[in-house]
Amino acid sequence: MDFSQFDSQPIWLTFRLATTTTLLLLCIATPLAWWLANTRCRFRQAINALVALPLVLPPTVIGFYLLLVLGPKGWLGQLTESLGIGLLPFTFSGLVIGSVIYSLPFAVQPIQNAFAAIGRRPLEVAATLRASPWDRFVSVALPLAKRGLLTGAVLGFAHTLGEFGVVLMIGGNIPGQTQVLSVAIFDHVEAYEYGEAHVLAAGTLVFSFLVLLTLYWRIDQRRTDKI
Amino acid sequence: MPISPLNKESNADNPGAAKHRGIEARFQLKHKDFELDINFTAPAKGVTGIFGPSGSGKTTLLRCIAGLEKPDQGYFSVKGHCWQDKKQSWPVHRRPIGYVFQEASLFPHLNVRENIEYGWQRIAKNQRKLKLDEVVAWLGLETLLHRQTDQLSGGQRQRVAIARALLTSPQLLLMDEPLASLDPAGKAEILPYLESLYQELDIPVLYVSHSPQEVQQLGDYLILLNQGRVQAVGELNTLLTDPQLPIAHFEDAAAVLNARVISHDEEFHLTSLGFNGGQVSVSYNGLPIGHQARLRICARDVSLALIPPQQISISNSFPVRIVSLNPDRDPSQMLVRCETGGQNLLARITRRSVSLLDIVPDKIVYAQVKSVALMK
Repeated sequence: MDFSQFDSQPIWLTFRLATTTTLLLLCIATPLAWWLANTRCRFRQAINALVALPLVLPPTVIGFYLLLVLGPKGWLGQLTESLGIGLLPFTFSGLVIGSVIYSLPFAVQPIQNAFAAIGRRPLEVAATLRASPWDRFVSVALPLAKRGLLTGAVLGFAHTLGEFGVVLMIGGNIPGQTQVLSVAIFDHVEAYEYGEAHVLAAGTLVFSFLVLLTLYWRIDQRRTDKI
Repeated sequence: MPISPLNKESNADNPGAAKHRGIEARFQLKHKDFELDINFTAPAKGVTGIFGPSGSGKTTLLRCIAGLEKPDQGYFSVKGHCWQDKKQSWPVHRRPIGYVFQEASLFPHLNVRENIEYGWQRIAKNQRKLKLDEVVAWLGLETLLHRQTDQLSGGQRQRVAIARALLTSPQLLLMDEPLASLDPAGKAEILPYLESLYQELDIPVLYVSHSPQEVQQLGDYLILLNQGRVQAVGELNTLLTDPQLPIAHFEDAAAVLNARVISHDEEFHLTSLGFNGGQVSVSYNGLPIGHQARLRICARDVSLALIPPQQISISNSFPVRIVSLNPDRDPSQMLVRCETGGQNLLARITRRSVSLLDIVPDKIVYAQVKSVALMK
């Protein structure tokens, strides 16, 4: 195997995708989780189920519909075209959209659980201490849900690294643009380049393990801190 | 006109605003299995005890006042400043209250100092009537400031919570059974602070409790609740001795009398306290002469005599006027309300004694008191 020929592009692309996705996820999942944890709205169960859908659906289903909706005949596709952004399928932006939707439950659920675990009392106390609703959210809810936010971010990141079906459907396999790790591995295997496949696969394996190990180690340490 | 809770004059020049200078409250609230229908006025000074059995709506009332609960209809004003009426309701964080919850409810992500400073930082500098260092020193928190909240005992946690609430310089302090979650040691640790709190700070307090003893010890004014309604409102002494109210028929029913330290007797290790119409002696306590104290006298510790008692070991005796006689829970007993110098006292005596001594209203008799507790 010739390492000088080794193409590291998919690795960087994947990291760029996972990082962008994670940041977007935090921006979307945090308010969504807060709303779900506190609302009495009768549609909340429907929204909950909708957010959780990617957990059970085959990724190809999501990819397929995203392709349709974002494509030239889809309403979002027509919208992006009329806005001058162009069509998103088979671009990096398209990948990000697919990733965010696909990883959303992994970010929302731990954050939502963390918000729910806070209960009403600390926020009521903050209110009696003159904190406005936004102030209470920032100074009490967010710090108390820190662990959930961290878990949500790590899981969202790790899950984006591992996705395949959605990415392949919406991104295709354009080297340097949409060819992420998992797709590159698939490519190598198809071409019987087991050596290259091994390097990427083993690397992903070790990295994912380390990420999860760090996460569980931190959670465990917090617990022993408390005792 | 924009309404600012921090602007003390916001209602003063508004002729439609509350004219009552005390606390005026009306709340109606319907939950699935609970109904609150409250209407009372109370003085905006001293401690007003809110007393009732569990489920009587004490906490819900306090939460309505704080704005934490949204009543179907509500009205609330303090010293003429209306916080809530048909047209408006100030949000919780705009009401100038201090709220001490049953559990200290400290913020676990902040240390003691940060907890104490939380509300203090959120009010304007010119609204800070209490100094941080003074409150910290007064509640004995200097050495705890850098601790995490989970390293504190129950009593310490509640002290931090009280400091935190006080440092918002509230115009009304709401306390929801602040002692209920504490063990006896914790209660003993906090009570002295509560007693001096009310003496040293000029902040009206609404104090919720289901413990008659706490109310007797801390209250000046009393609101009795039962099943979401106000049962009675009035001076502590009047309500505690009202035979129409259940609280006068409790096993440990007691009257609370205001008295003043008048002398010390070192030979017999006694301190004498006087009140209008009589005096009593308690074990020597070293309180300064003239100190305003509060005496708790249990109904079961009072017996009545037709002549000044002599040759008897009970030395605390003074003349009283019989106000009323009512049957007690025990059919053999009667509850006698007596009056001395404008303050009331309860005596629990047998029906037979009432008959033998011919005790009738307006008769002057001698109350012999077996035991007097000095409360503060």
